[in-house]
Amino acid sequence: MEQMLLNRVGKAKSAEIDAALKLGAYAALEPAFRMRPADVVHEVKQSGLRGRGGAGFPTGLKWEFCATVPGSEKYLLCNADEGEPGTFKDRFILEHDPHLLIEGMIISAYAIGATQGYIYIRAEYPAQRDILEKAVAQAYMRGYLGSNILGKGVNFDLAVHTGAGAYICGEETALIESLEGKRGQPRMRPPFPAIEGAWRKPTVVNNVETLAAVPFVITLTAEGFQKIGEESSPGPKLFAVSGAVNKPGGYELPMGTTLRELIFDHCGGISGGRRLKAVIPGGASTPMLTADHLDVKLDFKSLVAAGSMLGSGAVIVMDDSTCMVSAAAVLIRFFKHESCGKCTPCREGTGWLYQVYRRMLNGQGRDGDADLLLRICDSIQGKCFCPLGEGAIQPVLSSIRYFRADYEKCAGGGCGEKVCRPMVH
Amino acid sequence: MISEAVIERIRKTADRYPERRAALIPALTILQDELGHLSLDTVRSVAEELNVPAPEAFGAASFYSLFRWKPSGRHVIHVCHNLSCSLLGAETLLDHLGKKLGVPEGQATADGRFSFERIECIGRCDGAPSMLVGKDSYDNLTPGKIDEILQQYT
Repeated sequence: MEQMLLNRVGKAKSAEIDAALKLGAYAALEPAFRMRPADVVHEVKQSGLRGRGGAGFPTGLKWEFCATVPGSEKYLLCNADEGEPGTFKDRFILEHDPHLLIEGMIISAYAIGATQGYIYIRAEYPAQRDILEKAVAQAYMRGYLGSNILGKGVNFDLAVHTGAGAYICGEETALIESLEGKRGQPRMRPPFPAIEGAWRKPTVVNNVETLAAVPFVITLTAEGFQKIGEESSPGPKLFAVSGAVNKPGGYELPMGTTLRELIFDHCGGISGGRRLKAVIPGGASTPMLTADHLDVKLDFKSLVAAGSMLGSGAVIVMDDSTCMVSAAAVLIRFFKHESCGKCTPCREGTGWLYQVYRRMLNGQGRDGDADLLLRICDSIQGKCFCPLGEGAIQPVLSSIRYFRADYEKCAGGGCGEKVCRPMVH
Repeated sequence: MISEAVIERIRKTADRYPERRAALIPALTILQDELGHLSLDTVRSVAEELNVPAPEAFGAASFYSLFRWKPSGRHVIHVCHNLSCSLLGAETLLDHLGKKLGVPEGQATADGRFSFERIECIGRCDGAPSMLVGKDSYDNLTPGKIDEILQQYT
């Protein structure tokens, strides 16, 4: 497939505006500004573009909610808080093609009627933040940001805002709270941000990859965009592959590529000549799959049908030497650390899960630990304020579902191989 | 304690937002970069500058895991210990750093040069195991490679 999102990645000085312009940056602005804002919203709706951050909400619909609220003070926020373990897809755009993101934001802001935008970038990306700030400054100098963009009367100001280490800020209402200078704890919805978001004004929050796809909806038209990938989830998709593969990295592929093609054709298969044991298809909060699922198509619909989710497209591959109790424990440690504390089932539940895992990995596993973990999961499932708790239990549920034997080995003094011991603090 | 230049940077940052409070986290980051770590006093000064009630400012500051509340080394090493890095040996690297630097996690070395900490996923899983030293990132690490890298930092 022709590279779109990663087209300029790897080309000389691609983050610099001169090089980016020569490679076609900002070309979608003119045709977008020739359309009425409502027509841009309509085009994005027709394109079938769905959010690339994890939830997969239809982008055009989100824009429409915001665009149709009366009032002139609206905000566009770019979610560059890429914190889902295994996810590093947006990093490529931030590092190598920040102007594609800015171009997408200008079009989005024009469509929804926002004159101010912020890119919320995680503090763990300090070098990328610097690149982004430089790109924003260059875009201002060339008249792509600020007032009267391209002489078309479009106004849009953009600033980079850096977080300080909190996974939950990837959740859009927590991101807004954090942007406002508060603890990054999610807000009650409704009202949804599109109606009442940043500073209580209508706000659209879109992922980096989603916004980066917007210029292509304009240049290819909705019809052209729909021809890429799967009918139910059109467009290009970035996959971030890591773990036990020969060629980990970022891959841009059509939606609907199978797991087998991704791991074996693109990533060179399992490293060390080992066999595939488990794969997390969409980041830490999506249920694990096994070698039996290799023919699953990587798109929103097919992965749900297979019992998992596309999530952020972060694929973590584990080979047959991996102890799944240990792997799940690492992820539970993460969710316990990142639980914001707002609601009890998530705050306490992730802590209880972690305590059980720690005991198991310390050689004190007991018969029935898997069932104990499942009971704790039941106290979390469907009872949390936001999706973090729901995501936290997925590694537990799926690893017990497919690899209960690993849990049974932990009972009665552990498996004796110590393969898991070095993996948990 | 806070220099006029830093106050000026904080004021300029605050101008970017419809409400000055939004500059709280960026301002604390500026101060941490300047002073090495935060304290109740620094949070209080920022709160005053941005017109945020001090307890609320402290509540917000304490929420974020990358703010430090005790002296760190001049160069802070963050080793990722999430899944992709763990699968490829993050714990071995942490053990190595502990032995090499002779300090526990989060404590500065006697010469003040380094401190090291664990961090959740830093989005470099394609180069696992990886770490940050200040703003610099390093991938595909081994204990030997870490030894070489740390020599560059004085």
